[in-house]
Amino acid sequence: MTTGTTGRDDAVRIAGARRAPRALMDSWILVAALAVIAAYVRVIWFTPTEATQGLAQKIYYLHLPAALNAYLAFGVVFVTSIVYLWLREERADRVAEASAEVGLLFTTVVLTTGPIWGKPIWGTWWTWDARLTLTLFLWFIYAGYIVLRGAIVEPSLRARYSAVLGILGALLIPFIHMSVYLFRTLHPMPIVLKPSAPSLPPEMLHTLMFSFAAFVLVYLALVRARYRLSVERARVEELEASLEGGR
Amino acid sequence: MPDATLDRARVAGAGVDATRLPGLLRATWLVAHKDLAIEFRTRTAFFSALVFALLGLSIFYFAWDPTAVAAIDLAPGVLWVIFTFSGLLGLQRSFGVEQADRAMDALLAAPVEREAIYLGKAAANFLFVAGVQVIAIPAVALFYNVPLGNIWLALAGIAVLAALGIVAVGTLFSAMAVNTRLAELLLPMLSLPFFVPIVMAAAQTTSRLLAGRPEAEAWPWLRILLGFDLVFVLACTIAFPYTLDE
Repeated sequence: MTTGTTGRDDAVRIAGARRAPRALMDSWILVAALAVIAAYVRVIWFTPTEATQGLAQKIYYLHLPAALNAYLAFGVVFVTSIVYLWLREERADRVAEASAEVGLLFTTVVLTTGPIWGKPIWGTWWTWDARLTLTLFLWFIYAGYIVLRGAIVEPSLRARYSAVLGILGALLIPFIHMSVYLFRTLHPMPIVLKPSAPSLPPEMLHTLMFSFAAFVLVYLALVRARYRLSVERARVEELEASLEGGR
Repeated sequence: MPDATLDRARVAGAGVDATRLPGLLRATWLVAHKDLAIEFRTRTAFFSALVFALLGLSIFYFAWDPTAVAAIDLAPGVLWVIFTFSGLLGLQRSFGVEQADRAMDALLAAPVEREAIYLGKAAANFLFVAGVQVIAIPAVALFYNVPLGNIWLALAGIAVLAALGIVAVGTLFSAMAVNTRLAELLLPMLSLPFFVPIVMAAAQTTSRLLAGRPEAEAWPWLRILLGFDLVFVLACTIAFPYTLDE
């Protein structure tokens, strides 16, 4: 430890930090986890099995909500990036960071559940179908975003650069979307999010909505935890800097 | 690169007679001219990008079985992939040269719009990429025995559109990447996802042209290319000032 007033101030502040311990695993995570379990109980026992695909279709209740939440997450990155460049609000940058990481997680879920379903139904793990390709490139864009964040130490520079990338990445999505769709697509056509009414039977639709809601909770809980982690990290950095300054 | 060469290039760039052009264009031209003068006098990056492109073209030839896949089917893909990668070599350098002697600070201190710095850099990069293309495209025709005679004008048009998109995004990311810890690694990682629609559109259009398909089949791809250029030239010009120190 250091001597002198600066050191004592730091010690007081550290003690202050310790007085309010903030667990990252909190009630939000718990509620989200319970919701996912409830959704899956419903999926497995209380939802009819699809006639032709059999049990393999059950993965749909994980696959689609994860995909929708990934889009939600990247949408949040886009909006908070704009907000950051506009207002220079540190919190917007933290939300963008958290949301990008959680979005990447959901995209990973989509990219793993897809092939698991694809193997028995399509007979192949992977195909360069439009939506698969789009999802893969989404993964690349936001993996790049996270690598960029990791490559910059200075917080305000990091925030500005990643906001620029967060906006440009969102602008890129429609272009990748259009170009991969010009190739022929094998993926099942939308049965829920389409201009006409959903063609899913009501029991399945309700399960899907339940599952989607559960995943929104997962998204919120994870973003919240990740947000708090970044606040804690910034505080640790600040404390370390002040300790070094006092030495 | 000797510093004296750089300095001379900078001075020469500033000394050009561009007084007749209006503000933004004039500053853009000065920045572009400065970069091109450095490149023209050293020729290191251009030469290495060119050799890289030719090397890539020759290596690709041996990566597939010519009796199974016709050269005409392979050439468009090879051409645009090599184009993208050799373009990255030039882009890497774009803001890299400003690091020596903290030249970037001097550039920022200059009384010009920051958009002009971006546009000037992008213009220089465009000419760099186009210069590599002027040699690499005929080399594809030569090495892969592809008849480009009747489609060369259309191909040049696609090359211009593709280069515009690559340069727009790549210049911005080059400015960002030099200030990070990963520098050289980060530029391809950030840029390549953005080059996907460009490479797809350019390769698809080229293969349709080569196969003599009706023009209508190439239009949807060209529209994507045009749209990409429009959106990203604009978005990156607006975004660039945000990447600079304030």
